[in-house]
Amino acid sequence: MAAQPVLDERSLIKVQAPPASLEREPLVGSQHGPGWLSDRIAGVIEGETPGWWKISFAISVTMMTVCFALILYLMSTGVGIWGLQHPVMWGYAIINFVWWIGIGHAGTLISAILFLLRQRWRTSINRAAEAMTIFAVMCAGIFPLIHIGRIWYGWWLFPVPNSNGIWPQFRSPLMWDVFAVSTYFTVSVLFWYMGLIPDLAVMRDRAKTKIRKFSYGLFALGWTGSNRHWSNYEKAYLILAGLSTPLVLSVHSIVSLDFSVSQLPGWHTTIFPPYFVAGAVYSGFGMVLTLLVPLRRMLKLEEIITVRHVELMCKVTLATGSIVGYAYGMEFFIAWYSGNPYERFLFLQNRAADPFILGPLFHVPPAPYWWAFWTMVTCNVVVPQFFWFKKVRTSMLAVFFLSILVNVGMWFERFVIVITSLHREFLPSNWGYYGPTWVDILQFLGTFGLFFTFFLLFLRYIPLIAIAEVKGVTPQADPHHPLGGAKVGGKH
Amino acid sequence: MPASYAILAEYETPAAVLHAAGKVRDAGYRHWDVFTPFPVHGMDGAMGIRNSKVGWFSFIGGCTGYTTGMLMIWFMNAYDYRIVIGGKPMFSPFAAFPPSYELTILFGAFGALLGMLFLNRLPRLHHPLLKNRRFAMATHDRFFVVIETSDPQYSEIETRQLLESLGSRHIEMVEE
Repeated sequence: MAAQPVLDERSLIKVQAPPASLEREPLVGSQHGPGWLSDRIAGVIEGETPGWWKISFAISVTMMTVCFALILYLMSTGVGIWGLQHPVMWGYAIINFVWWIGIGHAGTLISAILFLLRQRWRTSINRAAEAMTIFAVMCAGIFPLIHIGRIWYGWWLFPVPNSNGIWPQFRSPLMWDVFAVSTYFTVSVLFWYMGLIPDLAVMRDRAKTKIRKFSYGLFALGWTGSNRHWSNYEKAYLILAGLSTPLVLSVHSIVSLDFSVSQLPGWHTTIFPPYFVAGAVYSGFGMVLTLLVPLRRMLKLEEIITVRHVELMCKVTLATGSIVGYAYGMEFFIAWYSGNPYERFLFLQNRAADPFILGPLFHVPPAPYWWAFWTMVTCNVVVPQFFWFKKVRTSMLAVFFLSILVNVGMWFERFVIVITSLHREFLPSNWGYYGPTWVDILQFLGTFGLFFTFFLLFLRYIPLIAIAEVKGVTPQADPHHPLGGAKVGGKH
Repeated sequence: MPASYAILAEYETPAAVLHAAGKVRDAGYRHWDVFTPFPVHGMDGAMGIRNSKVGWFSFIGGCTGYTTGMLMIWFMNAYDYRIVIGGKPMFSPFAAFPPSYELTILFGAFGALLGMLFLNRLPRLHHPLLKNRRFAMATHDRFFVVIETSDPQYSEIETRQLLESLGSRHIEMVEE
């Protein structure tokens, strides 16, 4: 053993503790050891099934069944059961698709972009947010598949030749979308699963029954927590975060190209890709807040998902919501500045002109969908501004309700983009008015059943907080921190 | 009595195991490892582990993905069954870029995950350590240094003494 070097009194650097005002709040609101975190988080799964879980699961499964029954009805009858008619041929299906896929984006932002930016608070929420991503993309994926009408020809979207030997053509953004969404889903699952491996090992080592030990053990792949493994694991995690970052930015950009590559006023704008990505992150954080604010209380995880986490998420919502608001303003400016009469007509007379202020002011009749437009503006531009106030950000009830409004607003944004741009063609004889049928509405609600069925199963069987990652960000985990227990300092 | 696989020493804090790992490395052991519930900062340096090679797997995956995308679209739309779209060239890298970009990420991600599993020789569903009761705490809140008996430096007495002198309160042998 090497002898300890004799320390010279003068060579010691005097370290003073920072003043209390500069100290950060700890990420985990307790000074418990790492074992406490395992017990707390795994306890959610190991405890008895709570009553609210059973009730919500029954409701979710019922709604999911309704959704699938209506898909059968659609397959057997045709898209005539929807509210689609000329000139609006893209209705609820596309709105719901864009809405759900947008919600997914917060999960990847939290798991990838916040990881690269070293925002360590993300560890408490990334697992649940990634699960939300995966289930939201599943809900989203249903709609493009069923809206093609003849679902049995869905394979035409895949790069295989049809019976005449013709391949799909790749100049269409719809083909790009197939690749973007399927890659997004696959990479999200890979990232999620890799993050789960150490936690499945935690569950395996805690398991009391044989079935649990076997099933968690099978999916933990024999993880031992070896540092040689951790070394490769952390590198792979970093790379996946690095790959997911351009992925998440590209997915909603490509979704927006479905619209902006066309030449329709209201769709044909270059602002769409960044504006869609900001809106997606905004709605995704809204959904994360809607899910986690009640969950942290019901599952007694307030010490791990702290008020500070909720506050930080509110701030991201505020930032992205403000970008969305800026994009709305810019769209109007460009419509006016371009001097294009069709653009001007669309933005004023198809969207914004309400019967009370703007209509009379500009001497135009009210836009048929003015109510949808102003719901969107209220929820997406006004609502996030409440998050400037700490009182609002720290009131869980307020955050919960505002976060629901965020997603109401984002749904209406897609409604406004899809419907108001389509319902009046260039010839007034081709004008129409779109309304959903009961099938449209129930199918949309049914996807909530699908989403919550999977999410509730996730809560029950998989640790909803990344145990190993949260252990790693506590002060106790830092070998150089006083709580890291350094009695004899290592030389590293 | 079954043959011994390794000697296992338990530590209670990240600092203690980090210190111990540095000393075990300095003593010249080769077939040994540290087991922790979370990655301990600085442990790679303390153990003398070099930068992970996962990046290469991901890089090769990404290159394969991009090439696959470009070649696939060229083959489908410009070679095997030509489709004229708006009188534009049969193949243009710009229209082929978005799917190729997505495939770069897709194959790169598979490269990272499968590369990590390959380098770690996982999945491995049977391991002597996983049979050890005490070792189950490695995913909970304990830190272990494990030196295999196959290590050329291993000696039943000296190795145990080293691990004890580094502050381990619990040392036991792990069966094969």
